[in-house]
Amino acid sequence: MQIQVTVNGKTRKSEVEDRTLLVHYLRDQLHLTGTHVGCDTSSCGACTVHVDGVAVKSCTLLAAQADGCAVTTIEGMAIQDSPTTSQLHPLQEGFKECHGLQCGFCTPGMIMTAADLLKHNPNPSEAEIREALEGNICRCTGYHNIVKAIQWAATHSTKPEPNQQEEPVVADEHLFTNDVTTGEVVETH
Amino acid sequence: MHNQVIGKPISRVDGRAKVTGKAKYAAEFTAPDLLHGVVVSSTITKGRITHIDTGDALALDGVVKVFTHQNRPKLAWFDMSYKDLDAPPGSPFRPLHNDRIKYNGQPVALVVAETFEQARYAASLVKIEYAQEPHETDLQHHLDTARKPASGLASLLKPPPPKARGNFDKAFTEAPVQLSTGYVHGFEHHNPMELFSSTVVYGKDGKLTIYDKTQGAPNSQFYVSQVFNIPFRDVRVVSPYVGGGFGSGLRPQYQLFLAVMAARELKQSVRVSLTRQQMFTFGHRPATVQHIDLGAQPDGTLDALRHAATAETSRFEDYIEVVVNWSGALYKAPNAQFDYNVVPLDQYTPLDMRAPGGVTGMSAIECAMDELSYKLGMDPLELRLKNYTEEDPNEKRPFSSKQLRACYQQAAERFGWTKRSPEPRSMREGHTLIGWGMATGVWDANQLPARAEAVLTVNGKLRVSSATADIGTGTYTIMTQIAADTLGLPLEDVLFRLGDTDMPLAPFQGGSLTAGTVGSAVKIVCEDLGKELLKLARKMPNSPFAKAKFDDVFFVEKQMRLKADPSVRIDLQTLVDQNGGRAIRTTATSMTNSLKQGKYTRYAHSAVFVEVQVDEDLGTVKVTRAVTAVAAGRILNPKTARSQIIGGMVWGISKALEEETVMDHRYGRFMNHNLAEYHVPVCADIHELDVLFVEEHDDVVNPLGVKGVGEIGIVGMPAAIANAIFHATGKRVHELPITLDKLM
Ligand code: FES
Ligand code: FES
Repeated sequence: MQIQVTVNGKTRKSEVEDRTLLVHYLRDQLHLTGTHVGCDTSSCGACTVHVDGVAVKSCTLLAAQADGCAVTTIEGMAIQDSPTTSQLHPLQEGFKECHGLQCGFCTPGMIMTAADLLKHNPNPSEAEIREALEGNICRCTGYHNIVKAIQWAATHSTKPEPNQQEEPVVADEHLFTNDVTTGEVVETH
Repeated sequence: MHNQVIGKPISRVDGRAKVTGKAKYAAEFTAPDLLHGVVVSSTITKGRITHIDTGDALALDGVVKVFTHQNRPKLAWFDMSYKDLDAPPGSPFRPLHNDRIKYNGQPVALVVAETFEQARYAASLVKIEYAQEPHETDLQHHLDTARKPASGLASLLKPPPPKARGNFDKAFTEAPVQLSTGYVHGFEHHNPMELFSSTVVYGKDGKLTIYDKTQGAPNSQFYVSQVFNIPFRDVRVVSPYVGGGFGSGLRPQYQLFLAVMAARELKQSVRVSLTRQQMFTFGHRPATVQHIDLGAQPDGTLDALRHAATAETSRFEDYIEVVVNWSGALYKAPNAQFDYNVVPLDQYTPLDMRAPGGVTGMSAIECAMDELSYKLGMDPLELRLKNYTEEDPNEKRPFSSKQLRACYQQAAERFGWTKRSPEPRSMREGHTLIGWGMATGVWDANQLPARAEAVLTVNGKLRVSSATADIGTGTYTIMTQIAADTLGLPLEDVLFRLGDTDMPLAPFQGGSLTAGTVGSAVKIVCEDLGKELLKLARKMPNSPFAKAKFDDVFFVEKQMRLKADPSVRIDLQTLVDQNGGRAIRTTATSMTNSLKQGKYTRYAHSAVFVEVQVDEDLGTVKVTRAVTAVAAGRILNPKTARSQIIGGMVWGISKALEEETVMDHRYGRFMNHNLAEYHVPVCADIHELDVLFVEEHDDVVNPLGVKGVGEIGIVGMPAAIANAIFHATGKRVHELPITLDKLM
């Protein structure tokens, strides 16, 4: 079936199977692989994205259900200042600065869940943060720095989420990338 | 004096890639016309496949092929070819080898289709009939078949139990205070958050580029090359980011085999990802049964110590871990005996899992010491100090360094241990019982040889690489720091790369040895590069460095300077220009100083103090406060190191209170094989955690003096928690995890 979804501000028209999960649509068709898959029972939260501004587990939604919706993934959190530079979202900055990550696999989901929390509760207490992350598992960090990262973000200004509309593009015509990313870690230097 | 960044809390250099979603894990690389493989798992535990019907699966649109043992290609014949670099003694499991089922969940077919959805549905249509045979999976029911494990190369890093000393039987019988106790631990699975995946990109020339989830790309390359008889140069394994490992990625897992097999047969790129359920179908932390006997004088002096452990293994390999040795090294006990046995059962071979053996054995001895302290009416910390040893009694040799006493002291003080009321059940707030407990942690500080390459590029930047891994530990960051300091460059001028078999060889990331092992290689290769730079400087006309030796110079602020007169200096960029504008490149190997290291026992130590709150009516346990003091040599980066320790402490909470894979022995099948029922801590389970690094100098362990911090954080935690629970409730639970039912 055909769906039209606005992903990170870009409207996409795509052909998907009825049974395709939103997470696989994002990863396999749009190549937005920052949204991770860590389970098959809606338990881990690695796949969390925003659909119409609400944090959802994208492994628990069909792509078809997102038809007509606006989806924000981790790739859409930073503000693109120019084609080559971008400003990180305060949560991204916070996770980086406060070492809220080790392997980084849970990180996009954590950030998306936290963003939803901060929207409703801009100054959460430690206990509120810990409760709010009930659906996200981190196996590495012991959560301590994740809490700190969210507190850090809460005290730093939040930039608006991207919402500019562009011409719809056909989803499957993405650049084929198969580059080794080891170099990417410091290309930002 | 010239250190700029080692020892500083530098933020991760890979942080940005990870918070923006740019860091790519094994399942996130792609290729044109990528095919998707889904694994079909056995539903029985032991027997034979009698019939496979793939008709319905193959009839579906998009399904390309179903691989089974009946149609798999011919592969290497000998067991030897299937042994990866971390294989224990035995005959490794071969996926789709024949009709035999050796364990529940064994891969029996791979369905390959154009889309993941097609493959997943088709996999559900593959019909398999079995002839079942009776299986044995229950360790406790088969303790009578325990035997000594086969020993192999593995014993290099995993020594056998220490030799008995003194006369245990006599000393124990004569000891005025005796304790005989036992502990049972269940199965555990690593469950890193990333699912095991391999994306095999099939090149036009048939060469393979494999994006694999692994803790050691070279091991995957070695395995693929052996099994499929492909020269090394035609297999490149790449693994820049790994979504956690904890030991699970030490051996190549079966998705790698299946993806490579399919890609080669179909001459097309293939990705195989396991489901979370299938993450329970390979290595695990073995279930164990331990027994400890302690004989002591009324003043707490240990006369006799016996520590025996029995662990399960598979029918095909003898997995070994070091469980009983720690107690013998930690306490003087002049009369001691040790024993370690395995029971082969119908399941997959266990696999190193964070502090393998260490957390198992230390949990037992440290709970036993706690039990003894109550028998003696002695403070648990005092009992440890009474039996403290400055020399390793197992090997009768000194420790390369041991600041455990300082760990005890500093952690106890931070925790407020002296305010403890010794009686169990003596501290409470309403219906909440409060308990304080403590324990010790010990872990190896090993070093292996490793290689690295350093290049000073045309624009004066440093690139260093080594085929090691960063499974989340912070390797990228600390190696960047080491390289930057060695050649006096700012961090942003240094790029460290890893996880690619095109890079110089390094061992897998495991056993807390990367910091010391790869760190040494990085230091040495950067020093070698420095020597090359000095050579260039000496050759310059009228060079003030003409007579300088390497020891006469130092590197700082992108310059080489004379120690005797730091105003004599030259920019590294100038030296590159001097080299005709060409990059300067060196490769080096760091060897271990076995002669020197062999004279010492090399361990990291920790002391852990824990407070728990137990709901008297419900039996629920909360770890409200924990302090860990760690002596692990030099700390390269307190930010990454502290995070490692906190992560380890939470693993300890998990092991003590939550984590266990429960098997239904009637079916030989793990019941809670998903993250809904396999409990690990979530954010709200965790409360105050405090980490102290105790200063420790060690010039034996490796040139950097670091011991590694990946495992030491978990080792002491479970015992400290169990001991705190006893203090709170007066109940000694001899089985981990201590779930509420055991406290009711
Ligand atoms: S992948 Fe969606 S919750 Fe785990
Ligand atoms: S950082 Fe590895 S799972 Fe959270």
